[in-house]
Order: sequence, then structure tokens, then C-alpha cells
Amino acid sequence: MAREITYIAAIMEGIHQEMARDDDVLLIGQSVGGSPEDPFVAAFGPDRVRVTPISETAEIGMAAGAALAGKRPVVDCTMAEFLLVAMDQVVNEANRFHYMSGGRVTAPLVLKAGYGFTAGWAGQHTGSIYGMFMGVPGLKVALPSTPADAKGLMATAIRDDNPVLFLHHYLLTLEAGDVPEGEHLVPFGQAAVVRPGHDVTLVATGWTVHRALEAAEELAAEGVSVEVIDPRTIAPLDVDTILASVERTGRLALVDQATKHASVSAIIAAEVAEAGFASLRAPIVQVTALDAPIAYAKPMEDFVLPDVGKIVAGVRRVVDATVSGHNTAAAR
Amino acid sequence: MTTAVSVDTQVLRDLLATMWRIRAFEERVGALKRADEVHGLIHLSIGGEGVAAAVCRQLRDDDAVYSGHRAHGHAVAKGAPLGRAMAELMGRGGGLCQGMGGSMHLVDVAHGFLGATGVVGGNIPLALGSALAARQQGSDAVAVVFFGDGAVQAGLFTESVNLATLWRLPVLLVCENNGFAEFTPRSAHTTVERVSDVVAPYPLPRQTVDGNEVADVWTAFSGLLARARRGEGPALLECLTHRLRGHYEGDPDRYREAVSAEDRQRKDPILRLQRAGHEAGWLTGSESFESDARAEVEEAVTWARSSPFPSSVPEELR
Repeated sequence: MAREITYIAAIMEGIHQEMARDDDVLLIGQSVGGSPEDPFVAAFGPDRVRVTPISETAEIGMAAGAALAGKRPVVDCTMAEFLLVAMDQVVNEANRFHYMSGGRVTAPLVLKAGYGFTAGWAGQHTGSIYGMFMGVPGLKVALPSTPADAKGLMATAIRDDNPVLFLHHYLLTLEAGDVPEGEHLVPFGQAAVVRPGHDVTLVATGWTVHRALEAAEELAAEGVSVEVIDPRTIAPLDVDTILASVERTGRLALVDQATKHASVSAIIAAEVAEAGFASLRAPIVQVTALDAPIAYAKPMEDFVLPDVGKIVAGVRRVVDATVSGHNTAAAR
Repeated sequence: MTTAVSVDTQVLRDLLATMWRIRAFEERVGALKRADEVHGLIHLSIGGEGVAAAVCRQLRDDDAVYSGHRAHGHAVAKGAPLGRAMAELMGRGGGLCQGMGGSMHLVDVAHGFLGATGVVGGNIPLALGSALAARQQGSDAVAVVFFGDGAVQAGLFTESVNLATLWRLPVLLVCENNGFAEFTPRSAHTTVERVSDVVAPYPLPRQTVDGNEVADVWTAFSGLLARARRGEGPALLECLTHRLRGHYEGDPDRYREAVSAEDRQRKDPILRLQRAGHEAGWLTGSESFESDARAEVEEAVTWARSSPFPSSVPEELR
């Protein structure tokens, strides 16, 4: 039975259900278990729900060590930027142990963090910094865009034997959607085609998925049929679903809230250019944040970020373009 | 107990005026946040005015100050013009940072307010760098960094204390110990009650004072500052304070007990100094510190409102 709950409630439900299912799952963080009435403390006790000091390096490193020792910790790191304080522990320790040990150990660790709070949180709390993690060996990265995926990806992350960075978008926190009540698992590396279409493929993640859907709706009114794809996890990345779509549409636009050179979209563009070049009937278009920190003042915040208008313009560009020497009509 | 008599009454009057400027500014920011004229994440320093005033009013414009996410009071005390500070919080082009930085990233180079950073502890090593640069330039300028007791549990703190003492850098580490790291009490974070005890093995003077007693902060800081100016190295000043507002504006603040009216008398540095002033006779009751401050803040709001929102990338950033 599905019922409507918020994105953040879905994430917490995913953690709660996994903690009920497996005693090895722990919840650790700087703002967890604040009171005895806290639903996690009440259900699982203060031994499994632990508040930590503002000591990211020790907090994440210790959780990673507990994972190597057989526990399955979920660390609520609050903001994605706080991971940067503990970068060695996030990208260069536990995530490499499985490989370096010849497969003898695993590190089933989940690092949960919010990102992209572009609502006046300014220069140090608003980044879409997943790009710097997606190419790190041994680290998986999930970017849920709906409450159902948020719950399902969290459950999968906890059951995964590798460190997983679970990045939830702050602007989606209170968005509600249908979420299955009981066990719900969303597999990693499986993109969702969230709106089928045949003229152009539009790939987006997190909050931009919803902006892409709005853009697709607007473009439909102009007779442009847009297929919107949400990769859901960017490591592993489901390139096949995107390639199959581009094979049908011949056109690719990418939306990303990150700066272009640190984006998922740049990686997808490279993959499609390499493996799907023959399908392309127009140059790939990327609609990303500008190469700058997020500004505080609202008009400049808007200026830096992708929005529906910029996505619509980007898709029009890719639809209107023709590669010289390529007969678009014939290719159809 | 008060030591207010040991500090010159002119100084105390100045500190009272400064604290009222901060209080009036912060209360107005809170109201503007509720009215949605200030957006984003706002942390107010109400209750911490004594530390900001007593430290910053002893500094020169060429002394560097670094602050963290709760930075408005430090900037105001260091001399930031209220209109430009308010305009920044309102995201206006005339703001200290042309609207690009906001509450957690205030910078006022002209007054040596080199900046606020939003990630706990991230500002501490930056202050060491300012201190190193001052010494290399042959200046007796110092660097001051404000941080909360929560930052002390970050590795950055210990690394910085070690380096500052090793190189005898003219940096003053001012810890505002309000007993809460965001939403959790100090007891849930560490077994060491006093921050000054954390640095015990290092060769630097360390003092813990009642941060709500502005004269005590002034006296303690003045000794440590003189020492640093003479090239005798870093020091740590721990000021025990109370955050009279939640962690951020909008914080339901359910994790701690409300401050009683009686407690407020003891924990509010402004009420404390006013009481001491009346007892000692240097305040008569006819002063207008509060109304002057509120009028100045209203002018700042009017000025900020007249400043347009930025509509393009500032010249310096192109």
C-alpha cells in the first residue's frame, strides 16, 4: 500500500525499517537522537542511535571502521559540504579497502547528506558537489528525486556492501509523493524514464528532474516531445538507458545544478559522445549552473542556477540544430 | 560579583553603546527575517554582544577578525557600517559584499573584518594565516578568530593551536562557549568541561571568563592582546556566554529549557552592565544608548531598502 508522505519522511522511514530489520544498522550524526522521544532512540535505544561532536573526520572515519568490523552505519552528515572536512575518510580510506584487501573486507557504510539548498543559504551550504565523488573508486552515489526513490534507494544503500553517498536535495525536503509502506527497494544503476517522448532526450537529477518535467510540459504545447530520464544513482550510472533513448530521439539535452565541469551532465555527454555518436543528429546541449559559487541575493542566485526557462531554451537549441552534412529528415 | 569598577567608565559607556547597536541590529534582522525581507539562513548573536564588544573595540582596523556563522555582532563591533551590513543581509547591491555573500559570509576589509565562514572551525587556520602575514610584514597587528565551543571538537582546532604555538603567531583564539553545539549540549560532545583545559599541554596563556560580564572580557582580552602585540605569541580566551535565541532564526529550540526572567537578568550582558552602571553611579537613567541604537538601525534599514538588488555580476567578479 502506498500513501503520500514527504521526501524527508520517506528517507527516515527507509532507515527506520532497515534498523528494525537488521540489528547491525546504526544511526550516527551531529543532530540525531536529540531526545528520548526521538522515534529512532525510542525504537532502537541510544546504543544504536548516537550523537557525535562536530568532528567530521573522526565521526565518518569511526563509522567506516565500524563498517569494516561488520556493522552497517548510516551517518547523517547534515550538509554535503561537511563531508569535505573529512575528505580523506570519505574518498581514500574505507571505500578502497574492499579492493585493496583483495576482496577480504567490505565497508557497508551510508553517508547521508543534503545538498543544493539554494534558498539564500549562499556560498558554502548550497553546492551540488556530487561530481567530485562520482568518479571515486569504491564509492556509490545516489541522488533521489522523489519520496519513493528516496526510501527505496536508502534501503538499498544500507544493504549494499560498499560505502554509499546518499545525497538528498534540500529543496525537495517537504515535497510529498506516493511511497510504498513496507519493504521498498530501488536498485542502483537503473535509471527511470520519468516521461516518455520521441524528439529529444532530457536527463536530469534531483531537484532538476522536476524542472525538466515542467520544461517538457511547456515544450509539449509547442509540439516537441521530450523524454525525461532520471539516472537516480550516478555511481553506478545507467548509461545504457540513456543511450537507448538517444538512439530513438537522436538528440540529447542535459540538466545539472552543478557547475558544468563538476557535473554529472559532463560525464553523460562524454559517454554518449563516445558510445552513441552515430545516433546524434545535433550537438549535445548542457544546461548547468554557471561556473561560480551560489550567490546570496535572490536575483543573482537565480542568475547562476538552471531553471525551467533555461531548460526550455536549451532543448529548443538542440531541437533546432542540425549537424552540417547530416540529413535530419532522412534520419527520421 | 562584578569587576566593572576596574575598567574606565568611558570604556564601559562605549561598550554599552556598542552592545546596544548589536542588540538593536540583531532584533531588527530577526524581524526582517520573519517579514521575509532577509532571506536564507540567519543566526543571531543576541546574548553574545558582550564578547563581541569587549574584544573588537580594543582592535585596530589593521587587526584581522575572522568569525563564523554567527557573525553579525562581530562585524558591527569591528566597525562595519550598519547600512551596508543590513543591505548585505537583505541581498542588496549596496551591501558589504554587494549582496553576494549574505549573513554567513560578511566581509568588511576596510575595518579588518576579513570574514565570516559558514563551516564550523573553518575560520581558525585562516586567522593563523593573517597573523603570519602581519608578522612577516613587520607589523604588530594581530589576528582574532571567534568560534563556538562546538568547533573545539573539530580536528582543525587542535591542529591550529599546535601550529600557532609552534610558530608563536600573534593570533588570539576567542571561544564563545555557550554550552551548545547547534542543538546538542556540551556534555553530549566532550568530557572536557572547559575549552581552556583542552589546550593545557600547549605553551599559551589561557583564560576562562564570564562572557556576560563585559568588563571581565575587556580586562582579560586586553592583557592577552598586549602580549600578542609584543610578539609573545598566541593566547586563548574562553568566554562563557548564553545564546538567548535558538541556533538559527526559526529554530523551535525544544532541546533546552527556556531562559527565566530571573536568569535573563544574569545572562544578558546588557542588563548586567546597566545594573552595574546604576549601582556605581556612572549611569543616571537619562542615557539614550538604546534609543540611539534603534534609531541608527532604522536609518540603516531605510538605507538598505533604497539600495537596489544586484541585477548583474559585480565588476570585480567578472
